[in-house]
Amino acid sequence: MESSANTENATASKPPAEQKWILPGWGLYQGLVVTAKNFIQSYYKKDRLTTVQYPEERAPISPNFRNFPFLVHDGDDADAGLRCTACSICEKSCPPQCIYIVLDRDENGKSKKRPKVFEIDLSVCMNCGICAEVCPFDSIYMDNEFELSKDDRFGDMLYGLDRLVKSTDYHAKIRPEQAAAVAASRKAAAEKKEAAAKAKAERLKKKAEEAKLKKEQEEKGGDAQDDADGTPTPPSEKGDTK
Amino acid sequence: MNFLANQVDLSNAVDAPAIWTTLEALPQLPNRLVEWVGFQMNAPAWLATLLGMLVSAAVVVGVFLTCFALVSLVERKTLARIQNRYGPNRVGPWGLFQPVADGIKMLTKEDIVPDKAEKLLHLIAPIMIVIPAVLALGVLPYGKEWVPVNLELGLLFFFAVGAMTELSVFIAGWASGSKFPMLGSLRAISQMVSYELPLLISAIGVIMMTGSMSLPSIVEHQSQYNFGFISNWNIFTPWGLVGGIVFFIACIAEANRCPFDLPEGESEIVAGHMTEYSGFKYALFFMGEYLGLFAISGLFITLFLGGWSAPFAGLEFVPSWLWFFGKLVCVIMTMLWIRGTWMRVRMDQLMRFCWLFLIPLSLLTIPAAGIWRFCGDGFLAGLLGWGVTIPFLIIPYIIITVILNRRLAPATRQYHFAE
Repeated sequence: MESSANTENATASKPPAEQKWILPGWGLYQGLVVTAKNFIQSYYKKDRLTTVQYPEERAPISPNFRNFPFLVHDGDDADAGLRCTACSICEKSCPPQCIYIVLDRDENGKSKKRPKVFEIDLSVCMNCGICAEVCPFDSIYMDNEFELSKDDRFGDMLYGLDRLVKSTDYHAKIRPEQAAAVAASRKAAAEKKEAAAKAKAERLKKKAEEAKLKKEQEEKGGDAQDDADGTPTPPSEKGDTK
Repeated sequence: MNFLANQVDLSNAVDAPAIWTTLEALPQLPNRLVEWVGFQMNAPAWLATLLGMLVSAAVVVGVFLTCFALVSLVERKTLARIQNRYGPNRVGPWGLFQPVADGIKMLTKEDIVPDKAEKLLHLIAPIMIVIPAVLALGVLPYGKEWVPVNLELGLLFFFAVGAMTELSVFIAGWASGSKFPMLGSLRAISQMVSYELPLLISAIGVIMMTGSMSLPSIVEHQSQYNFGFISNWNIFTPWGLVGGIVFFIACIAEANRCPFDLPEGESEIVAGHMTEYSGFKYALFFMGEYLGLFAISGLFITLFLGGWSAPFAGLEFVPSWLWFFGKLVCVIMTMLWIRGTWMRVRMDQLMRFCWLFLIPLSLLTIPAAGIWRFCGDGFLAGLLGWGVTIPFLIIPYIIITVILNRRLAPATRQYHFAE
């Protein structure tokens, strides 16, 4: 036990016998060479001078960089294409409670399924991205804007719909992979919906035809057939029709 | 007032091109101009001399304040390049106006005096640190004809005045009434007093060879050429090489620069004796430090690197003061290089290095210089001199380094209780 600990110690810190004694202070001269190389090569080698001089030059922003939420709209019209339905899930899940939503209603008090007011307080938002996680309508995503300093402490810091809503193109620009995945899933959902609608229409049509047929048979009278043998409705359709 | 009358003697420079001759006399121009104006206006001789004195002092102070501004920028840029970054490059082209911006910042800052400080001494200390540096700069020979004050005992004056810096550092530390300045000034005193010894002793060899303590005559002695082209600088002799290296190391320590910047080690004691200073007083400390650096580097150049003399025969057509400032740039760049590379030493390492290594070596240069002197001039004599003095210096060096490299602590640490 003790001997093994000793050997471990010996390997961890090299004994001085193994150090090559060349000249007193040899390491100091090696250090001078290193810094001289740094100094001279910084004038012609790019990797010796990696500073990005920020306001003029900018380092590329990673697609995973996320800072402040924004709302996505489809198409060109920001008002009509807004995906947000003012469901208030983000408002409720926001830890610092920086989101404020008012549902838009018509004169009868019926929901228009769109926000009248959608405000995010920049000074409160902590950029956690939970709003983007919970949104079931693919409406809110994280931006990569980071130059957010403002002159006015109160007005400028409160982001309303006018500054929050951005197009899908913008989303595709800042985060291509995520935007493509969202677009694909939305497209698939839309196709599914369309197919379901089509199937429903077909079923209705078929039913109408069957009803017509039945009616005709009933009108014929004669010897009536067993209902059980007639036209049994398929079980899959049963659930859909109810 | 005799020593002030450095008349420009143009008679021995007739064969040189006219432009270089005028450049050679350029630093003396304001001085001569004032004296000439005084003469034209029939001013009394003492007034003309006094004005000439003032102007030559103003030239030295002006030149070195410009140097201070430039070096503070160059230092930051050089350190930045060593650390793979650009230095200050925002104010003006290549950051050239950065010193101006720094100066404005320093001047407009609030001047804070701690409650517990000795008010008067706290005020005097930063002024006192600039004065010896300026006085020391006054006796250096910058060119053949540019010697602000030609003292017979210039070297002695330089060291006497240079010792005043310690006093002002200690006053600063004491008067601040705070613990970090006190610690810093104690460190500074012990360091500067210790390193003054090798500084003085390694200069003795030069005095022995020249037979004079006058700085211009020391440079005169080095401005000849052996065999027609090798310059007679003291650094090219065995005792001068050792003495020069020792002197250079002691210079760095005297100027409180890295790796001997313990008095103001930021990571240990906030800023040493400058902790309780702000605004213009802090700037004065900074200025005094840099002027002291120029002075001590100038002395190193004067004693060992041939002062204003050209490195090779045939290059004398370049004005002598340009050679001096070229060498000054080289020495200061070397110091920046060292600052960018080496880590700060510990207090015990500092003392050990000085007392066990530098002082014995510098003491050895005295007999070595004597041997060299009695070997005489000429090729064979030079060979003999090298042959005798090199072993004389090398063998003790090896012995000292072996002693110094002896381990103080056991090679592998023994743990008795922890395991």
